[in-house]
Amino acid sequence: MFEDGSLFTHLLVDRLNYVIYVVLLMIGLWAMVAKNNLIKKLIGMSIFQTAIILFYVSIGVKEGATIPIYLSEHDPHGESGEVNNAQSSQPERPQVLEASLVAGYNNPLPHVLMLTAIVVGVATLGLALSICLRIYRAYGTVEEDELLLKLESEELRSSSGSRTRRWRPRSKRKAKVPKSFENTRSRKGDGDSLTSDGSQDAKARSRRPSKPKKSKDGEAS
Amino acid sequence: MKRASFILVLFIGLLLIWAVKDFPEWGDPQSPASSSPVSSHFIAKTGVDTEVPNMVTAVLADYRGFDTMLETVVVFIAGLAVLAILLGGPKRRTRDRDFIVEFEPDLIVTNTVRLIVPVIQIFALYVLAHGHVSPGGGFQGGVAMGASFILIALSWDLKTALSRFSIERCFTVAGLGILIYAGIGLASMFFGGEFLDYAHLAKILPISPEMARYHAMLGVEIGVGFTVTAIMFALYASLSTDGRMRDGL
Amino acid sequence: MSDLIVWIVLFPLFGAVFCSLAGAWSRRICYPVAVLSMLGSVWASVETLMQAILSPVHEVSYLLGGWSLDLFPRGVGIEFRADLLGALIALVVTGVGLIVSIYSKFPVQRETPGKETMYYGLFLLQISGLAGIALTGDAFNLYVLIEVAALTGYGLVALGSNRAAAATFNYVILGTIGASFYLLGVGYLYLKTGTLNMVGIREVIETNGLLESPAMQVSFVLILLGILIKMAFFPFHAWLPNAYCHAPTTTSCLLAPLVTKVMIYVMIRMTLSVFGVEFSFESTLWTEVLPWLVVVAIVCAAVMALAQREIKRMLSYLIVAEVGYMVGGVWIYNYYGLIGSIFHVISDACMTLCLFLGAGIILEKCKTTNFDGLRGLFARMPLTMIGFFIGGFSIIGLPPTCGFFSKWYLITGGMVSERWEYMITLMFSTMVMVVLFFRLIERMHLAVSEDGKNLGAGHGDLGLSKEQSRFDEAPLSMLIPLLLAASIVLLIGVYNQEVVDQIEVFLGAYNLPTGVSYK
Repeated sequence: MFEDGSLFTHLLVDRLNYVIYVVLLMIGLWAMVAKNNLIKKLIGMSIFQTAIILFYVSIGVKEGATIPIYLSEHDPHGESGEVNNAQSSQPERPQVLEASLVAGYNNPLPHVLMLTAIVVGVATLGLALSICLRIYRAYGTVEEDELLLKLESEELRSSSGSRTRRWRPRSKRKAKVPKSFENTRSRKGDGDSLTSDGSQDAKARSRRPSKPKKSKDGEAS
Repeated sequence: MKRASFILVLFIGLLLIWAVKDFPEWGDPQSPASSSPVSSHFIAKTGVDTEVPNMVTAVLADYRGFDTMLETVVVFIAGLAVLAILLGGPKRRTRDRDFIVEFEPDLIVTNTVRLIVPVIQIFALYVLAHGHVSPGGGFQGGVAMGASFILIALSWDLKTALSRFSIERCFTVAGLGILIYAGIGLASMFFGGEFLDYAHLAKILPISPEMARYHAMLGVEIGVGFTVTAIMFALYASLSTDGRMRDGL
Repeated sequence: MSDLIVWIVLFPLFGAVFCSLAGAWSRRICYPVAVLSMLGSVWASVETLMQAILSPVHEVSYLLGGWSLDLFPRGVGIEFRADLLGALIALVVTGVGLIVSIYSKFPVQRETPGKETMYYGLFLLQISGLAGIALTGDAFNLYVLIEVAALTGYGLVALGSNRAAAATFNYVILGTIGASFYLLGVGYLYLKTGTLNMVGIREVIETNGLLESPAMQVSFVLILLGILIKMAFFPFHAWLPNAYCHAPTTTSCLLAPLVTKVMIYVMIRMTLSVFGVEFSFESTLWTEVLPWLVVVAIVCAAVMALAQREIKRMLSYLIVAEVGYMVGGVWIYNYYGLIGSIFHVISDACMTLCLFLGAGIILEKCKTTNFDGLRGLFARMPLTMIGFFIGGFSIIGLPPTCGFFSKWYLITGGMVSERWEYMITLMFSTMVMVVLFFRLIERMHLAVSEDGKNLGAGHGDLGLSKEQSRFDEAPLSMLIPLLLAASIVLLIGVYNQEVVDQIEVFLGAYNLPTGVSYK
């Protein structure tokens, strides 16, 4: 099974990282496409992006090489530089590394690229989470099929003549959170409003000075 | 729907595995990416060009400095967008939480945090400023700095953290960070170079062009650190409170 | 001043930062800052285009960070390269940005009160990102710029109503998948070539003969798939109509003309400049498969557009159909098809802008864009309607407008390649668009409600009160941009040869089949 040249060796021994990244990517993509819960989709998105990061970082690996930071003997300001400075009055310029030494350092470029990709991933995740929060605030659900049903009924209510055909989820599952629970929760919230209103003045202070007017959601949609 | 997407995912996976067969071996020093002149240039000449020992920092902040500037802009965009999306809300009062716990900031926790936060912040500054020599830089330092504020918010409450670093100030600092970055780029343009060509800053600084690159990279990293610190905290503050900016987690 | 090319991106960038810094002090300052920085950006891109036209190699190259290109596969630093195509697209992006920024005064105040600071910040950064996409010469930098444009796009759509936020979620998921596929494809390219500069990649592919390798093939598939998702090509279009239809007015005016078109530009750039003509068009199945997909895309989108009873939604489906036109123009693979495609990118940006500006005014004035609310609009807002329908006629392809000429080249391309299915589909969708827009005109003149009830008393009586049919034009800050856009549609139509000349110069560098002997 592990003899040289077999497909198995070829893929799982010599290129294991690349195969693992494909598996991770498939998991992430599957979650993004097929999961019903919006948060699960986002988790899938994170896995997907992590897979790509693994792929890029794998490109940068060199056998027998160290991290792309100069060892002290090559360091422009390292030990050798100091010694040279002490010997000659003129500070010596750092030298271009020879080809044999270049092979001793990993490729820095993929690391830089992935730093960018990680930051972009974090930014996207934050934005997507805020959209999820907004959806939850407005529709009380983060399940996609429930959301679609609610959007549909909202559309029917708001627009009179609109006859857009919308895609209906095949499996109209029962809501995971039963209606009654929803009600009790809001009632409980009302009961507790004293405690939460206690910090009304704090809210006024911590809000941005531009206190927004009531948004005109109904109108825009 | 699920079956269709499974087939789609499987198809893409097989396609990618098919391409993997063509890849160079993992860790092969002769692979095109590792042996290309571009990569060799970064490894061989970073010391000559910039005198920075950490090649990743040099590539990040200098060779590909424009990427990094846009990356900072992306962080800034995330902050702006999250704030804008969550600000203002539904007409009725925001959904109340399932349960409300009366709590005092815990004595042990707050005192531990009181001790830890300065250490974290000093360490963040170290990571930021030492990014030329060791792993680190503006993003890492900025995240650590932002985390210290988040820690304050977690152990006391959001109000305490916001009284130290209000949302308005977050965005001022974040904008300032980008201004620092782009401003250093503009300054090098002003002194006759291309945008972000830090070597031309040597005309006003009493140092060699290489050291000008070295120090300008530090300045740029500080700008990045500003933006990342502020936006990380602003993201936490907005997301944990659903945009209300009070009584968070 | 050769620095101007980078100012195209920097003007909006600084404008955005300035907005968010000064916005805390006074929100009123954001609008003038936005308009001023867009003016600067337009000026810079006009100058850059002139430089590109006048230079002997027809391109402007700018090395960010000053890193030279003398290495063999170049790519140590990041390069901005504006050839004629890039400069033209950058001009289109900034021009649309300027017009929309002038237009944005009232809609932004009304639809997103209290969020002006953030809105203009995102708005300007969006233009910065899109213009950067048109100018950059580095494959990874392109990814970062795509993400800048995408994130601002999500923000701009989602900060509107709740419905818009719900629509954005799909946009985020699909957009991230698209961008990540692109990133993965670039990774494959880097793995095989060792550089990220577009010209560098091209050089390595040519010298090392990498075209046959499976990794390159898959890289091409991934990049193309990613871009097709981002441009809302037919099977992946699900995010677009909802997002554009529910977005705030200014957002849809900005995103609808630009985002999909800039992605088409990326596709042309990748196929022509990075992978090269022989690889993209001759050694793969795409030229066989994609035109048929395009046929399906155009037919479906046109039929969907017919089914809509709301202007903004209808226009969103029209965009999906137009994307089909342009993708088809590229993949029928010949000289005229590509001219048509590039010209259509430019003209479609202008005419979509026209239509969305008009729809925004209708929404502002009538509080609805439903077909039922349109009666008597010609009497109320004649100028707006003229502007709107100039855009509409251009979509149909009536002669003095630019839409006619781009469609002409597309159809010529279809004939030259003997792609009759593509040609017939173009004709079909033209018919559909005639129906769409003349139905709109009819709606404005008929006194019949959507469910067939007769409302008027006959003889031109629209069943409206005097109050409702009085002359009531939109405010000047909205009307002038619309008329400006409409006149640009006409001007590009009249001076189409000048634009096509530049596109021909650009395409002359590539070995494309012309198909006819008299060329």
